[in-house]
Amino acid sequence: MSTLTVPAQVPSVTEDCEQLRKAFEGWGTNEQLIISILAHRNAAQRKLIRQTYADTYGEDLLKSLDKELTNDFERVVMLWTLDPAERDAFLANEATKRWTSSNQVLMEIACTRSSKQLLEARQAYHARFKKSLEEDVGYHTNGDFRKLLLPLVTAYRYEGDEVNITLAKSEAKILHEKISNKTYNDEDLIRILATRSKAQINATLNQYKNVYGNDIDQDLEADPKDEYLDLLRATVQCLVRPEHYFEKILRLAINKQGTDEGALTRVVTTRAEVDLKVIKDEYQRRNSVPLDRAVVKDTSGDYEKMLLALLGHGDA
Amino acid sequence: MAEIEALIKAFSGHGVDEKTVISILGNSQPEHRQAFRKEGGFFAEDERRFERWNDHHVKLLKHEFMRFKNAVVLWAMHPWERDARLIKEALKKGPNSNSVIVEIASTRSSDELLGARKAYHSLFEHSIEEDVASHIHGKEKKLLVALVSAYRYEGPKIKEDVAKSEAKALISAVKNAEKQNPIENDEVVRILSTRSKPHLKSVFKHYKEIAGQHFEDELDVHLILQAAVQCLITPQSYFSRVLDEAMRDGADKNTKKGLTRVLVTRADVDIRAISDDYRNHYAIPLADKIEAKAKGSYKEFLLTLMARGS
Repeated sequence: MSTLTVPAQVPSVTEDCEQLRKAFEGWGTNEQLIISILAHRNAAQRKLIRQTYADTYGEDLLKSLDKELTNDFERVVMLWTLDPAERDAFLANEATKRWTSSNQVLMEIACTRSSKQLLEARQAYHARFKKSLEEDVGYHTNGDFRKLLLPLVTAYRYEGDEVNITLAKSEAKILHEKISNKTYNDEDLIRILATRSKAQINATLNQYKNVYGNDIDQDLEADPKDEYLDLLRATVQCLVRPEHYFEKILRLAINKQGTDEGALTRVVTTRAEVDLKVIKDEYQRRNSVPLDRAVVKDTSGDYEKMLLALLGHGDA
Repeated sequence: MAEIEALIKAFSGHGVDEKTVISILGNSQPEHRQAFRKEGGFFAEDERRFERWNDHHVKLLKHEFMRFKNAVVLWAMHPWERDARLIKEALKKGPNSNSVIVEIASTRSSDELLGARKAYHSLFEHSIEEDVASHIHGKEKKLLVALVSAYRYEGPKIKEDVAKSEAKALISAVKNAEKQNPIENDEVVRILSTRSKPHLKSVFKHYKEIAGQHFEDELDVHLILQAAVQCLITPQSYFSRVLDEAMRDGADKNTKKGLTRVLVTRADVDIRAISDDYRNHYAIPLADKIEAKAKGSYKEFLLTLMARGS
């Protein structure tokens, strides 16, 4: 569930644009004003604001934001203002240019979005980068990582609830066999995770547990230092328990020495309109402290205020 | 006798010459039909002393009568449903039809292929990629799954230096064919399934310059790989070849279907270019070949599709 709070009486788009323009005027920037508007508008409203702002002032709102804001605060506002498909395309493109930890971002986008959302991200990628997502992923990854990531980012999974139990049983068997043999990059193993519907995968993993006793997660823990295995485990989690995955990412980001703002910003902006409420509940359950409080402890200034607003903390 | 010959002719080829069948068979007396049963070759003498339809021939006739109906149904269909159904059928038919999957995945625009994937969800409650991945087992599996999953960028922009280095990667894969079949080579699959078509055209241009010969002239390259490359960079040549093979004497059941499939799926797209390519390659206008090999309503339907708007 979404954590976004939008006021009952939303000002007109023109008013929002005027206020935002005012926030940029003069020497400083009125960050609080920016937060009070943008952090309380949904994707459709933000899109309209961007369009109207560009029509009225001849400049992309994002450009103005870039000129006026800096650092973590700028990034969280920028990512938030983008519409979800563009945001995913932006994050994916960034991930192809970085090092290995960003394989996780690619997998996260590919596996936690709906088929339609992933597709829209691919379309936004064409428009913005004049290339396909898959050609960049293919070019910038290699070995087992590529074997896993390419099928994941090009998937267009069926989204129905129908489940074939016989198939689930036979594919659970295949998974178990490959994992027992430690052939984690096996074609069939990857095929199952990359092409089956999420409902079918869920059924398969239930069969796995029923028949073999362990959660597949436990069986994939063979080598804690193996990055590929890490990615594989995270893939499974993203496909069937995304809220657990995101809770973990947040926990690690916050507990890390100095905080991983990149991860924190990414999770909050990409999930605020999707399931951040569920993730918050999971965070509280797992860490015995509300996510809001952890964010307050770990971040500061306008960055903190923006995150809290997106987390639905307090009132507008 | 001339009439029996004419009748046999009316039944052989693509489709059925209904007018001839009506005028000869429809006007026949019992003794004429008996002569046809004795001479035609469609019947065999049963042990109980009557000429009995050869089951195999009845089946063949059924296909020929259905050709027109199938063409009409396919033509009226939404292109997305059409492509989804063609892929499903190809998967059911087995490895010999894998080229149809390559054809659809590689000759359609990005949005057309996407549409086929959507329609496939609705029609079959699975994704194309999961069915292709679970039903295909040969060396071509990796490539096929990757091809049906593509959503290629469609702009004209290409990076020549990247194209050149990718041409080199292909050359290297072909040189190493003994150790690993190029169709299973990860780089080959990546390049063919992710790059834009303009980029690929450039890649294969560099291939020719560096290797000294066209990729399609390389020996020992898996036919499916050749087909994929042809579909991606010179689809009209690919289609005119499929048409020619379909109309050859003795073509098998599946190959014959190429005639309907290509005409129906390309009539709104590039049938004229395919026609031109056909004439250049096979020295006879496509329409003339169809006139010679196809029969009856089926023939007229195909020729009408081709002639529209000209």
